[in-house]
Amino acid sequence: MSFMKRFSQNRLAVIGLAILVIAILFVTIGPLVYPTDQIRTVLESADLKPGVEGHPLGTDSLGYDVLGRLMVGGRTSLLVGILAGLLATVIGTLWGAIAGYVGGIVDAVMMRIVDAGIAIPAIFLLLVLSSIVQPSEWIMILVIGFVSWLVPARLVRAESLSVKTRDYVVAARAMGGSHTRIVVQHIVPNTIGTVVVNATFQVADAILLVAYVSFLGMGLQPPATDWGAMLSDGLGLVYQNAWWLILPPGIAIVLVVCALNFVGDGLRDVFDVKGKTA
Amino acid sequence: MSSIPDSLPATVAQQAAVAGKRPRRNPYLFFLLRRIGQALIVIFVVTVVVFALLQMLPGGPARGVLGVQATAEQIAQFNHEQGYDRPVWEQYILFLGRLLAGDLGQSYLLNMSVTDAITQRLPKTLLLTGLSLVIALVIAIPVGIFQAVRRNKGADYTLSTIAIVAYSTPSFFLGMLLIMIFSQNLGILPANAPQGETIAAVLAEPQRLILPVLTGAIPLVANFSRYMRSSALDNLSEDYIRTARSKGTPFRRVLSRHLLRNSLTPVVAMLGYQLPVMFGGALVIEQLFNYPGMGLLFWSAAQSSDFPVLLGCVLVISIATVVGSLLADIIQSVLDPRTRGGIA
Repeated sequence: MSFMKRFSQNRLAVIGLAILVIAILFVTIGPLVYPTDQIRTVLESADLKPGVEGHPLGTDSLGYDVLGRLMVGGRTSLLVGILAGLLATVIGTLWGAIAGYVGGIVDAVMMRIVDAGIAIPAIFLLLVLSSIVQPSEWIMILVIGFVSWLVPARLVRAESLSVKTRDYVVAARAMGGSHTRIVVQHIVPNTIGTVVVNATFQVADAILLVAYVSFLGMGLQPPATDWGAMLSDGLGLVYQNAWWLILPPGIAIVLVVCALNFVGDGLRDVFDVKGKTA
Repeated sequence: MSSIPDSLPATVAQQAAVAGKRPRRNPYLFFLLRRIGQALIVIFVVTVVVFALLQMLPGGPARGVLGVQATAEQIAQFNHEQGYDRPVWEQYILFLGRLLAGDLGQSYLLNMSVTDAITQRLPKTLLLTGLSLVIALVIAIPVGIFQAVRRNKGADYTLSTIAIVAYSTPSFFLGMLLIMIFSQNLGILPANAPQGETIAAVLAEPQRLILPVLTGAIPLVANFSRYMRSSALDNLSEDYIRTARSKGTPFRRVLSRHLLRNSLTPVVAMLGYQLPVMFGGALVIEQLFNYPGMGLLFWSAAQSSDFPVLLGCVLVISIATVVGSLLADIIQSVLDPRTRGGIA
C-alpha cells in the first residue's frame, strides 16, 4: 500500500496534519491578512473584551490586539519549536548512529553522557542557561536543540546496533567503504523510519519546552512574544476572569502539540516502527 | 549479539557462555554491581556538566559573591582564597571534595547555604510530587487495564485520545484552567498552596493542596495509563492468562490476580524515568500556586541569577533522578528476573 494511503487511513493523523497546515498558514499568512501593531503599546485601548472596537479576541493589558498577537507569537513558537526539534533530531541521530556503529568503549562513554543528560531535566538546564545568556530566537533554538537530542540518540543507537550486522554493511566494509561513508550512507538511511517518527514527537516536545521557558519568564524580551509568554502575561489577570488572554494561546499550544502527536502516531503506523508512544 | 536465536532475553550467564567466557558465579550480583557502577559514572558526568556550567558564569563566581562594586584586587584575592586561580582540573577536584562534604556553596541572596535552602524546601516538593504520583497511579492502573481489555473499541479510542490531549497540555495552562474553573468561577477551591513552614503545617490545609496536586497528577495519568495499556496488552495474549481462564477463574479475578501483577512490572521501571518529568512539573506548579518547595526556590533563583542555588538544585535533582532510575531497575529485576541481563 502506498505511503499516503496508509497514512490517510489514520483519521486522527489526517486531522493532525490539517491542524498543522492551518496553524502554519495562520502564523505566516495571518498577519498579512489581519495586520496589527505588535510593537507600540496603546494603553487607551487596553483590557478590551472580545468583539469591542474591532478586536475579535479583545486586547491585553498593554493594548495589543490578542488575535494579532496570537499570530506573531505563534510564529516564534512554531519557528523555534520546529527548528529546535529538527536540530535535536540531527544531533541525536548522528550521536546514536556513531555510538551504535563504533561500539565498545566509545559506545559506553557516549551512552553514559546520554544517561547523564537525561538525568538533568531539560527545563532546569534551560533556565540556568537563559540566566547566563540573553535569549534570542536563534539562541533558544540552539539551546533547546542541544538539551533535547537524547531520546533520538538512544533510539537510533539501538537501530544502528542491528543495522551494522547486516550483510550490506559488511559488504560495504569489505569493498573498502570508510566508516564515515557507512554511517552516513547506510546506518542513518536505514534508521529513517525511527528518525522521522521521533522528529515529530521531538518538535512537539520542543514547542512545549519553549512555552515552559517563556511562561517562567526566561524567554524572549518584550515586545517579542510567543504563546507561552502570552499565557504568562495572562496569569496576572486570571482573577479578573480575562479568559480571552488565557484560552487562545493555551488552546493554540494544545492543538499544535496534539496535532504533532497524532501525525507522529500515523507516521509510526506507516513506517511500522516501535518507539515512544507520545 | 544477534546470534542468539532464543526470543527470551539472554541472561548474563548465557551471554557469557555464548561469548566463550566462564559463566559468572553469581550473575545477579554481577548485574547489580554493573548497574550501580553505571549510575556512579552517570553521576560523575552530571558533576562535570554542572562544573562546566559554573565555569561559564558571567564574571565568574567572585563577581557574583562580591557584587558589581568589587575591585580587581578584591576579586583576585577572593579567587586565590577559593582556589579559582588554580588549573581547571584542580578546581574540579576541590569542587568534588566540597560536594562530597555536602557543601554546595552559599546563596548570593538568601543569606544561607545552598544545602540548607534545599533541605528546607525539598521535603515539600517530594510531598507534592508524591501525592500527585499516588493519585495518578490509582487512576491510571485501572484505566490502562480497562483500555487493554476493551482494545480498539470506542471507549479505548476515546480514552487514548484524551490521554494524548492531556499529555499535550502544558501543566501551567492546565493549572490556570483549574484555577479559573474551581477558584474563580465556582469559588470552591483556593488557588494558593499552603504556606506552612513544616510538612505538618502544609498537611493541615489539605483543601489548598487539591489544585496543585491535581495539576501534577493529570499529565502523569496520561503517561501511566498509556504504559499500563500497552503492558497489559502484551500480557493479555500470554499463555498464563489463557490457562487461568480455562481453569474457570472468573475474568475479574484473572485481571486482579494475574494480569495486574505481571503488567505492573514494566510500569514500575518507567517510574524512575518519569522523575525528570515530575520535577519539571513541580517547577511550574510551585510557581503557579506559590508553593514554597524546591521548584519555587529554583525559579526565584533563576529570576535573580542566584547561580549557587541554581546549580545546587540541578545537581540534587539530577542525582535524585539517577538514584530513582537505579532503584526502579533494581525493583524491576527483583519482580521480574528476566530483565536482569537485558540492560545495555
